[in-house]
Amino acid sequence: MTTEALPNTDPSAESAALQQARENNRAALDVTVDKTVGQPFVENPKISTRHVHVFYGDKPAIKDISLDIGRNQVLAMIGPSGCGKSTFLRCLNRMNDTIPTCRVEGDFRLDGEDIYAPGQDPVLLRSRVGMVFQKPNPFPKSIYDNVAYGVRLHGLAKNRAELDEIVEKSLRRAGLFDEVKDDLHKPGTGLSGGQQQRLCIARTIAIDPEVILMDEPTSALDPIATALIEELMIELSENYTIAIVTHSMQQAARVSNRTAYFHMGKLVEVNDTDRIFTTPQHPLTENYITGRFG
Amino acid sequence: MKNHQEKIRNSLKKRHARERRFRLYGLLSVSVSILFLLLLLTDIVSKGLPAFTETRIKLDITLDPQQLGLGDHPDRDALFHANYSRLITETLKKMFPDAKTRKQRRDLKQLVSKSAAYDLRDAVLANPSLLGTTQSFWFLAKDDVDQYMKGRIDRTLPESQRRLKDYQLAWIDRLLAENRLEKRFNKTFFTASDSREPEQAGIRGAFVGSVLTLLVTLALSFPIGVLAAIYLEEFAPQNNRWVDLIEVNINNLAAVPSIVFGLLGLAVFIGFFGVPRSAPLAGGLVLTLMTLPTIIITSRAVIKAVPQSIREAALALGASKTQVAFGHVLPLALPGILTGTIIGMAQALGETAPLLLIGMVAFVADVPHGIFDPSTALPVQIFLWADSPERAFVERTSAAIIVLLTFLIAMNGLAVFMRKKYEKKW
Amino acid sequence: MDTLPLVLTVGLLALAGFFAGKHKARLASTQVRSHSRPHYHGYLVALWTLIPALLVVMVWSFASESVITRLVVAELPARIQQMPASEKSLFTNEFKNLANEIDVKKHIPTEAIKSSDSTAVAYQAAQRYIQLTRLSQQLKAAVTLSLAALLIWFTLHRVQPQLKARNSVETIIKGLMIVSASIAILTTVGIVFSVLFEALAFFRHVPPGEFLFGTHWSPQTAIRADQVGGSGSFGAIPLLTGTLLISAIALVVAVPLGLFSAIYLAEYASPGIRTVAKPVMEVLAGIPTVVYGFFAALTVAPFIRETAESFGISASSESALAAGLVMGIMIIPFVSSLSDDVISAVPAILRDGSYALGATKSETIRKVVIPAALPGIVGGVLLAASRAIGETMIVVMAAGLAAKLTLNPLDSVTTITTQIVTLLTGDQAFDSPKTLAAFALGLGLFVVTLTLNILSLHVVRKYREQYE
Repeated sequence: MTTEALPNTDPSAESAALQQARENNRAALDVTVDKTVGQPFVENPKISTRHVHVFYGDKPAIKDISLDIGRNQVLAMIGPSGCGKSTFLRCLNRMNDTIPTCRVEGDFRLDGEDIYAPGQDPVLLRSRVGMVFQKPNPFPKSIYDNVAYGVRLHGLAKNRAELDEIVEKSLRRAGLFDEVKDDLHKPGTGLSGGQQQRLCIARTIAIDPEVILMDEPTSALDPIATALIEELMIELSENYTIAIVTHSMQQAARVSNRTAYFHMGKLVEVNDTDRIFTTPQHPLTENYITGRFG
Repeated sequence: MKNHQEKIRNSLKKRHARERRFRLYGLLSVSVSILFLLLLLTDIVSKGLPAFTETRIKLDITLDPQQLGLGDHPDRDALFHANYSRLITETLKKMFPDAKTRKQRRDLKQLVSKSAAYDLRDAVLANPSLLGTTQSFWFLAKDDVDQYMKGRIDRTLPESQRRLKDYQLAWIDRLLAENRLEKRFNKTFFTASDSREPEQAGIRGAFVGSVLTLLVTLALSFPIGVLAAIYLEEFAPQNNRWVDLIEVNINNLAAVPSIVFGLLGLAVFIGFFGVPRSAPLAGGLVLTLMTLPTIIITSRAVIKAVPQSIREAALALGASKTQVAFGHVLPLALPGILTGTIIGMAQALGETAPLLLIGMVAFVADVPHGIFDPSTALPVQIFLWADSPERAFVERTSAAIIVLLTFLIAMNGLAVFMRKKYEKKW
Repeated sequence: MDTLPLVLTVGLLALAGFFAGKHKARLASTQVRSHSRPHYHGYLVALWTLIPALLVVMVWSFASESVITRLVVAELPARIQQMPASEKSLFTNEFKNLANEIDVKKHIPTEAIKSSDSTAVAYQAAQRYIQLTRLSQQLKAAVTLSLAALLIWFTLHRVQPQLKARNSVETIIKGLMIVSASIAILTTVGIVFSVLFEALAFFRHVPPGEFLFGTHWSPQTAIRADQVGGSGSFGAIPLLTGTLLISAIALVVAVPLGLFSAIYLAEYASPGIRTVAKPVMEVLAGIPTVVYGFFAALTVAPFIRETAESFGISASSESALAAGLVMGIMIIPFVSSLSDDVISAVPAILRDGSYALGATKSETIRKVVIPAALPGIVGGVLLAASRAIGETMIVVMAAGLAAKLTLNPLDSVTTITTQIVTLLTGDQAFDSPKTLAAFALGLGLFVVTLTLNILSLHVVRKYREQYE
């Protein structure tokens, strides 16, 4: 919207709403976010990151982000599409290693241990930092084999009985056992979307990771399935550290302890979820959570 | 939790070793395939390259009319039927008086090829005034001499295990010392047709046969393939049983063994329609049926890729469906269709089995003049020579393979070039 | 006039018709608005000339030989008329060959004519045959050309502004297109009928049970009843085991190498290696099979024999191993390119799911990617098996002719395709059990490969639907 398009060209006569919109647009385009506001760092973090840069080829996707994830907490990452929140999440268990053009810089620590150290084994790291994806991706195997997959890979069960126990426990914790206990040997791909996603969560917790990363885990699901998964996240946060990327601010408000707002590859603001949704400090954050753009 | 990590950490070494092994298997598989290709090509090139040279022997022949059994004023017919091979034999005997036994004398004759007599005859016919003079001629050497000159006969072997005996080697040594032996570019290989004598055998007949066969194939399969592809993409009704049947048939025919097409050709084209056996026409008909699926499948893909908007624009201007298909879609799809056709022709050029069954395997010493003449084809010639016991045919076979592969590479290269040049991203 | 110049003349006439039609239509449309543009009138004239005239040439050319043969045979002396059918057909072949020799090579075998009475008769028949053939050629040319001229005159006469020339041309073209597309069906029908009829004729001589379950194959039949050599035996089991042995060796080579190559190229290789290695492997598929056969027979087979002998094992110089190995290498690109396609089609989120659980790359490939791609890979292997079973040149050149019932890869075995070629390239009367046996084998080959192809297409299509 431009001034010339308006019948009245006197700036003082502009409506308040228009002025607001003009300011929002300017703010949205103004990417001079020099410093993250709020509290990006916590005491005794599970994961801490400093000065993270990520490039796809020559194109920067993340610029200088520093952020901590607290122990047994849920951190929600919100922001408009393409803001780099998923890319950041995938750095935390080195999933970006599988993309040849992707280059990651910066300092990442899990319990003080360098994630990107030369001696660090991504296989071991990923067994400690699990991940749940946007689209449910059960393997084309039975429900049982899906859950047992990681356990078998890492040789975590001594015998069949122990494996059965782990599978049942994981499915129970994912709230799926009662629904599938008679169909354990049917293909996992035959379940509904919500059930598939809970199966993927069961698969992840079967190997007992320390951190679970969730990349928009409910965006492909209906509201009822979403509610079930959100409940599950809150339950899981008792034992696990969780980082979740979400499109839905309501979801962030419901499940997380802290919320980080990303904008065009930068981290704008981090704070306790209550504070960020009630008293955002950065105008970009405020515009986003009040729904002025997104 | 710590317990888990310990377990995982302990298993890692083994798992990473397995990972490296797995990756190595993959690399090895690719390398084996590529190595095999290199091995095959080196083997054939090293066997075949010597065939591009031939050995010639210089003989000084006195064209004595008396010895030729000619009168004072011989007519053309007498010149034609005169005994030239005796003249050559006598010359050789004079040069090598040490050939005493009958076997040695026979072997002496075997220094030069049988074609020497014809060469001499042609020279005299072209210029009868040569009679009575002494002339030097470079005659084609027999295959054994040729093989020796190319180092294929090991003279350190005991005499009984060699194709050439000691006295023959002595003759060759003397010829060499007198500069009467020379290796030259092998023109015979490209200008002659099949022969029972390795040194006289060439690929011209087979090559012309292949060209004629491919012309028939191209003349039939290109228009039929294009018409069929246009019909199936632009006109065929959806969910029509006949059209479905056509599609199923095209896909299946693409994978039917080539020899079955040979049986079809034998029973239907030769047995039923009376197409002459061994003729390029029969070969072309069979190869047409074999290449049609390739051409139709690739042409359909190209036609499908022409955007719908072009058809709609033309239809909106009042063009009929046929005008759109032939005036707008076909010209845009043509480069792609031609690429597919070239690849189909390359396949047809290398095809052997069906041609064996329709009789193109016969010994044909003449160059075919038309699509009804008995003929053979390049790959069949390779098969025939590969079956021959003479060692000298091995290098001719390899050389023929080199020629065949050169054509295939050229055709495929042209296809790749055209694809690169005309590739369109709509 | 020969056929080729005749066809060219007809083509020229049609071209002339095109211009004449176009010209006439243009003149006519100066006064009245024409329905179709002038060149459509030209096309209509040309097509109406070309198609019927070429049909006449085709039918005449195909029919004339058998008609002339029948005429000549009818004039033969009664002595020959009374001969049994097989001898009569031999005699027919003889005089046809003679005619061919006289006609093409201008060579008159004078000494042969004097030698015996029967060749003299054949010579006369050949002369008559040539005479009739020439007459037929002349008649054909006359009929075709006058028909073409008549058609041009007639269609030109019809050129008028009201004539819907474009619609007529389009109808003709559409008809041509349907005929072209239907050739695929005709081909299949032709294959089925040609092998089926001859195979049925074969089963009148040899019971199907003996053919399918007999373990002895020796097709050398006596040509005349008084000859020794017996009636030959046609038990196809040794051919089947030979074919399966060689195909199995080929698949044992091709499936692991092809599959691992595909995995390496799809999952591990850098883009640079991929762009070089993939086309190089495709070259393996483009080399003619006769070249592989030559390599198998002259390089690989002697190498295997010498190697085996250096270990003190006796090996045939036409071992199944040599043919199978080389065939396996030839099939690698089929397996690898088909596997490559299906492996690349496995969605990336499945791989991510596995990596996120701490799987290594090879664990992900073995436990997630391959099981997910399995139907497609199986389809590719079935297609490769069909190729191996139907492959001809490699086995004709490198495998043996002796039908042995053995599973020893160093021994020499024979295959279905080898026998088809051997049976049909000898000099035999066309309807002897020996040549008919080739068609029975061809029928078996066609049925087996067709089943494998259909199965493979079905499996692959189901797999595609799963991820689309």
